[in-house]
Amino acid sequence: MNVLARLKPEQRPGGCDQPEVLRERGQREVFCGLTGIVWLHRKIQDAFFLIVGSRTCAHLMQSAAGVMIFAEPRFATAIIEDRDLAGLADVNEELDRVVTQLLERRPEIKLLFLVGSCPSEVIKLDLSRAAERLSGQFMPDVRVLYYSGSGIETTFTQGEDACLAALVPDLPEASNDTGRSLLVAGALPDIVEDQFRRLFDALGVGPVHFLPPRRSGGLPPVGSDTQYLLAQPFLTDTARALEERGATRIAAPFPFGEKGTTAWLRAAADIWGVDPSRFDDVTRSGRERAIQAVGRYRERLSGKSIFFFPDSQLEVPLARFVNSELAMTLEEVGTPYLHRDHLADDLAELPEGVLLSEGQDVDKQLDRCRAAAPDIVVCGLGLANPLEADGMTTKWSIELMFTPIHGYEQAGDLAELFARPLNRKGRLRV
Amino acid sequence: MKLTVWTYEGPPHVGAMRIATAMDGLHYVLHAPQGDTYADLLFTMIERRDKRPPVTYTTFQARDLGGDTAELFKTAARDAYERFQPQALLVGASCTAELIQDDPGGLAQGLGLPVPVVPIDLPSYQRKENWGASETFYHLVRGLCAGSAEAVMAAKQAGPREGRPSCNLLGPTALGFRHRDDVREVLSLLDGIGVDVHIVAPMGVTPSDLTRLGEADFNIVLYPEIAEIAARWLERTFKQPYVRTVPIGVNATREFIDEVARVAGIDPVPDVENEVVRLPWYSRSIDSTYLTGKRVFIFGDATHACAAARVAREEFGFEVAGLGTYSREFARDVRALASDYGIEALITDDYLEVERHISDLQPELILGTQMERHIAKRFGIPCAMISAPAHVHDYPARYSPQMGFEGANVIWDTWVHPLMMGLEEHLLGMFREDFEFHDGAAPSHLGKSAEAKEEQASEEVADPPSGPILVWNTEAEKELKKVPFFVRGKARRNTERFAAERGEQTITVETLYDAKAHYSR
Repeated sequence: MNVLARLKPEQRPGGCDQPEVLRERGQREVFCGLTGIVWLHRKIQDAFFLIVGSRTCAHLMQSAAGVMIFAEPRFATAIIEDRDLAGLADVNEELDRVVTQLLERRPEIKLLFLVGSCPSEVIKLDLSRAAERLSGQFMPDVRVLYYSGSGIETTFTQGEDACLAALVPDLPEASNDTGRSLLVAGALPDIVEDQFRRLFDALGVGPVHFLPPRRSGGLPPVGSDTQYLLAQPFLTDTARALEERGATRIAAPFPFGEKGTTAWLRAAADIWGVDPSRFDDVTRSGRERAIQAVGRYRERLSGKSIFFFPDSQLEVPLARFVNSELAMTLEEVGTPYLHRDHLADDLAELPEGVLLSEGQDVDKQLDRCRAAAPDIVVCGLGLANPLEADGMTTKWSIELMFTPIHGYEQAGDLAELFARPLNRKGRLRV
Repeated sequence: MKLTVWTYEGPPHVGAMRIATAMDGLHYVLHAPQGDTYADLLFTMIERRDKRPPVTYTTFQARDLGGDTAELFKTAARDAYERFQPQALLVGASCTAELIQDDPGGLAQGLGLPVPVVPIDLPSYQRKENWGASETFYHLVRGLCAGSAEAVMAAKQAGPREGRPSCNLLGPTALGFRHRDDVREVLSLLDGIGVDVHIVAPMGVTPSDLTRLGEADFNIVLYPEIAEIAARWLERTFKQPYVRTVPIGVNATREFIDEVARVAGIDPVPDVENEVVRLPWYSRSIDSTYLTGKRVFIFGDATHACAAARVAREEFGFEVAGLGTYSREFARDVRALASDYGIEALITDDYLEVERHISDLQPELILGTQMERHIAKRFGIPCAMISAPAHVHDYPARYSPQMGFEGANVIWDTWVHPLMMGLEEHLLGMFREDFEFHDGAAPSHLGKSAEAKEEQASEEVADPPSGPILVWNTEAEKELKKVPFFVRGKARRNTERFAAERGEQTITVETLYDAKAHYSR
C-alpha cells in the first residue's frame, strides 16, 4: 500500500518502485551500534547501559558525541583486560563483580542493559546468559537485558534497533478485551512524542503507547490487537520481534515534513476508520504551520543538489523530504542498509533515476562526491571538515539524530538544518 | 575487567594514529571493524584538521569472521598503497583484530609493495594511547633509520660539520596538547641561542626525512611520553645525546637553555629572556599576594603534571595539595616529585578515584585535563587545563604555547583567569548577604554565576561518623554558611574532625573558631 501515492495521486512519479541500488563493500566511515546509547540513555531515564568491551569502546563513547557534558552519564564500559582474555580471571565472575559495584553506586537504576561489543562478540562471551543470571540475582529491583551494539554486526542506529528488539520479549501481553491499540516504535524526543500523542488523541486513535518508554516501569503492552507504526526507519529487528508478539505494522512513509507526517498519521487514522473530514480538521493547523515553515526554506533550497553519505538509515526518508518538499535534487542517497519493505512508501516517492547506494567504500564514494560537486553534502563528523576544506558545504548527519525533526512542528527545523550550512557560507567573508 | 566511566587515554592504535596523522607521506592500514573509524573525528573535529587521517580501516564484519579476514586485509593494504602512494606503510590491528590474530605485519610484507612496511604490535588489552604513540614512533625511527646508520656514522667520523650545532626536536604529534605552538616557541628559543633544528618529528615530517635523523648532533625530547624510547635508540645508534629538561615554566626553560648549551657546546649563551618573560614580575606584583599558598590539585600526563607542580610551587607561590598522573609508564618521576613536596602521588587512570581524591582534598584550584574540568564544575572549584585529554576549545586559534618564556606567560594568564581576584575575594567575605557579593557569586570577570555545588561536595566529604554522632547547633550551622563556599567543605570537615578528636558531640560557634585556629595555616 502506498499511502503517499493515494494521498496525492498527481504527484506520483512514473514507475520507480525498484530503483537500482549500488551495493558497496569497503571501508565504512560510520559509527557502530554502541553510539545509540548516547540518546537512549537520555530517553529511558532509569536505564543504564554497560558496554562489555575494550578501551576503544569507552573512548568512542566519550569522543563520539561530546557526551562529556554529562557529569554522571547512565552508561559505562566494563573494559576487558589481558587477564580476562588469558583466562586468569573468570570473565563471568568479573562481570558479576562489576555489575554489583555499579548497582551499588547507582541504586536508582531499574533496567540494566549489558551491551555487547566487537571484542565481546569475537571472544564469544555469552552476555545473554549473563543477563539472565544477573536478572535472577537482582530482580525485582533491576531487570538485566542484553543486546549487541558491536561494529561487526551493527551500524550506528542499528544499536537502537537491537536495544528495542531486546525489550520486546519483556513487554507485557496486551489483554484481549481492551481492543485495538497503537504502538509507536522508535525513540523520539519527549516533545515530539507529546505532539504525536495529542494528535492521535484528537483523532480518536488509541490507546497509544511508545517504545521505548521514558521509564522502564512503563513498558507498553503488545499483542495481536496491536497495530504498530515505525517512527524510525532503522527498526528491522524490532519490527520482526513485535510481529512475533502478534503486532501488525501499519505501512506508512516516515513522518518528516508536512507530507510525510500527514501520510504517517493518515495510515493509522485509516486503520481506526477516522472520518476524512475529521482527519483534515485535526491535522489542518499542523499541516499549515509545517507548509509555512518549510516554505521559508524552500525558496533558498529549491534546485540545490544534495549528496547523502550513509549514516543513520534516515537517508531515504530525508531524501524524500528534501526532494519532494524542498525541491532539492538528489545526487546520491547512500544508506548503510536499505530495508525495501519499511521504506517502500518513501522509495516510491524518489525521482526516477536517483542513485541509491547501500554499504560503503568511502574512498570511492568521496571520488563520486567530488565529481558530482553537490551544493550540500550530508556526512559524518570524520568527513565534514576535510570536505569543507575542499570547498564543499556540509551538514553533519549526526545532528539529524540529535535534533527533534519528526512531525509538523519540527518540519521547519528540519528544513533549516539543510539551509544553515548554505546560509553560513553566504554570510562568511573570510 | 574494569568499570570505566571516562578514560584518560584511548587505545594504543589511537596513539599510532597520532603519529601517522602528524606525518606526511605515511599511510596506516589498520585491521579493524566498522565503528573504529570514530577515531577520525578526534582529528577532524577536536583538532579541526582539514584532512582525513591517513588511515585505511579494513572494516571486517561478523560474516567475514568465518571466512577470510586476512584476504580482506591484503586487499585493503594493496588498495591503500595504490590510492595514496605513501613513502612507507604502517600496519597493525585494533583491539578486535588483535583477537582474530591475522598478523597484519606478515600479510603486508608478503604483498611485496615497493615501499618500507613498518608493522606495529600494540597490545590493546594491556596498553594505552601514549604508549602506542611512543612504540609507533620508535618502530618508525628504527625501521627507517637503521639502514643509514653506517653511512651516517662514517660521515660523522670523517670530521665535524661546519656551522651551528644542530638537533632534532622529538615528540610533537597530532592531537597533542599545544604541540603546534610549543614547537614554534622552542624553535625560536633555539634559534636565539644559536642552535639549528635539523628535523622536527613526527610533526610534519615524511618517512624519508626520518631516515636522516641520525645526521643531527643531538636530540631534544619535548614529550618524553612519546619520544623518550626513540631518543634512547638514537643515542645508542648515532651517539646523539638527548636533552631531558622539558621547558615548561620560567625556571625549567632557563635550565633547558643551560642543558642545550652544554650538550651543544655553546659558550657563552646569549640572553634570550629580556622583555619576553612577564611571569616573574606578574607573580611579584603585589596584587598577586592573594595567590599565596592557594591549595592546588594537579593531574595530567606525567610531563605536564610534574612541570605544573613545579611552576605552581616556585613561580606562583601555591601549595601543591595533590599531584597525580594517568601515565603509569612515568609514575616513578611523579612519585619522586610528590615525595619531595611531602605528599603522596596519585597514580591512576580511574576518573572516579581522581574525583574522590579531589573531594577529599577540597583544593582551591584544579590544574588538570578535561576530566578534572568536569569534576571541578561539579564541585564549583576553579580549574585550568594543563594536559591532554583536551576538548575542541583547548585547541585555540591564537598562539598559546605551554613551553618557553611565552609559554610561561600563557600559563600565568590561564591559571589566574579562573580565580577570584584578591580584593573581590575579600569583599565576598565581608558582605556575605549582599545581593551581588553573595555566596555562590562567580568571579566578576567570568560572567554568569557558576553554580556552586558546595553542599553536594561537602556531603560527600563529610566522613561517615565513626563513634559518637556530631551535631551542629543552629548557630554554628549559620556561622558555617558565612564561610566562603569554596572552603566551606574543608571548614566543615576540619571542625568535625577537631570536635571528634576532643570527644565533643555538639558543634558550637566556639568549636568552629577553635578548629579554625587549630588548623589555620
